[in-house]
Amino acid sequence: MYNKTVMEHFRNPRNVGVIEDADGIGEVGNPLCGDMMTIYLKIKNEHIEDIKFQTFGCGSAIAVSSMITEIAKGKSLADAKKITNKDVAEALEGLPKNKLHCSNLGADALQLAIQNYEDKMAGVTRPDPVRKEKLEHSHGEKCYCPYCDIEIQPGITFCDACQSSLEDEH
Amino acid sequence: MKMINLDHISSKPLLPEIKKAIIAAIEKNYHNPSSQHKSGEEAAEALQRARGAVAALLNCKTPQEVVFTSGGTESVNHALKGAAMANEDKGRHIITSNIEHNAVIRSLRRLKSAGFAVTSLPVDSGGRVNPKDVAEAITKDTILVSIMHSNNETGTIQPIEEIGKITREKKVIFHCDAVDSVGVAPIDVQKLGVDLLSFASNTFYGPAGVGGLYIRRGTRIFPLLDGGVQENNKRAGTENLVGIIGCGKAAELALRDMDKRLKHLRTLKNKLLTELPHWIDEYIINTHPEFSLPNLVSISIKYIEGESVMLMLDDENIAVSTRSACATGSLRASHVLMSLGLSHADAQGTLVISFGIDNTEEDIDTFFKALKKVVNTLRDISPLYRKEPNSQNMHRSPVDGR
Repeated sequence: MYNKTVMEHFRNPRNVGVIEDADGIGEVGNPLCGDMMTIYLKIKNEHIEDIKFQTFGCGSAIAVSSMITEIAKGKSLADAKKITNKDVAEALEGLPKNKLHCSNLGADALQLAIQNYEDKMAGVTRPDPVRKEKLEHSHGEKCYCPYCDIEIQPGITFCDACQSSLEDEH
Repeated sequence: MKMINLDHISSKPLLPEIKKAIIAAIEKNYHNPSSQHKSGEEAAEALQRARGAVAALLNCKTPQEVVFTSGGTESVNHALKGAAMANEDKGRHIITSNIEHNAVIRSLRRLKSAGFAVTSLPVDSGGRVNPKDVAEAITKDTILVSIMHSNNETGTIQPIEEIGKITREKKVIFHCDAVDSVGVAPIDVQKLGVDLLSFASNTFYGPAGVGGLYIRRGTRIFPLLDGGVQENNKRAGTENLVGIIGCGKAAELALRDMDKRLKHLRTLKNKLLTELPHWIDEYIINTHPEFSLPNLVSISIKYIEGESVMLMLDDENIAVSTRSACATGSLRASHVLMSLGLSHADAQGTLVISFGIDNTEEDIDTFFKALKKVVNTLRDISPLYRKEPNSQNMHRSPVDGR
């Protein structure tokens, strides 16, 4: 199901844990979609000096978390802001299609953590600045078929592209 | 290294005696059981022997009440679509439960789009249908009730006998999906009072791709597959005789060894349930403490996700199954676990442990050690887990309420 790179990161995840005095924290996901991810940043001279993660989720979610910390560590904030979920999936040499939109949240968590740091620096406070508690996946307002990854209209019960039923099981 | 199979609900080993019977059947190179010459009659006799063995296992009145199919899914499709279509002149209402297998759910969805009305009944926090709800749901238009015997995710057994009394009194056809029960727990179609009952050979160590439908004599039902007159005109197509002979042998052994197997499986299940608190904390047992299969336990482990647990146990050479949404392909929480009232996060951490007669108590010990390691590793990664020491085990069973 998963390729060797994904399994290697799943078995030996890098940078697991919490940074107690983190400069930025980003959390994404909710148990409804299955995965929750928290990224902790330590920033020095506008560079990511240290990064750690905590993840509740499947094999790909843990591998994604591990990979994003590897990619981001040591990068300048300007460079880190350019990292996308797609970059993470490519670094992992691919993820199963149906996992792309629920588990591939690493870059989203990173961007939220950077924003959290920048907000703090600018003295901005947001009501619940780091956690996205939306029912839909955190990819803007768009919906995607979980089976074939094609953009679909919200609320439809059948994917025209791959013929999958999108109804609830009841 | 040897894998420990604690995923018997997905696949059971083919027992040596059954394998031998299948190989002998292949070597025998049987003719077509429908042919009237001597070679055909020899094949027909082998077919009837297998039918007789299954009929004995289910306590049918005659072997002709057993129709062989390609497995549990076909049997369920046959029962529901065949009974609905044959009785639609009497009414178009069908009753089922919220925790059925997809074979039932999707067959009924198909019937719904063909104009049938379906009532789906809830289960209590223990995972059981209330027979009173069935009685109350029956209307003049009801032609069919379909309730599973045991649930494939939790192992919880439904009050089929009580429901059978109601359907008999109201003269409604009663189908029971007993795919995970037949050959594992004692099933007596007379006692249960069912009219249709689905089963699969691979549930009781026979080959996959073979199963059957019990059809009580006098039950109005159309074939699912139209064609020749095989299986007493109820299932067309030349019989899979090699598979059926394997199924017959498996039924014979299941009946012969039922008590011995039950005793062994109950020992393993009891060991798992009583010793688990010594190894991990904060989990929920989804399997009914009293009414459940002897070979299955569903556990929701808090703060971690099931697919990760399954993959890490696989690295420890232990095969289990998970009901986490992430692992099911549908990416949705299991409808069965949701019906029990589990939260999404708890449902995500659900493992299904299913034993077979090939498991030993040592297998359970090995599983405990591996599980503890895996749970600790994953909880260390989890943002949901707080490391405060837990003074007490938070595990609960359905009867305690949640």
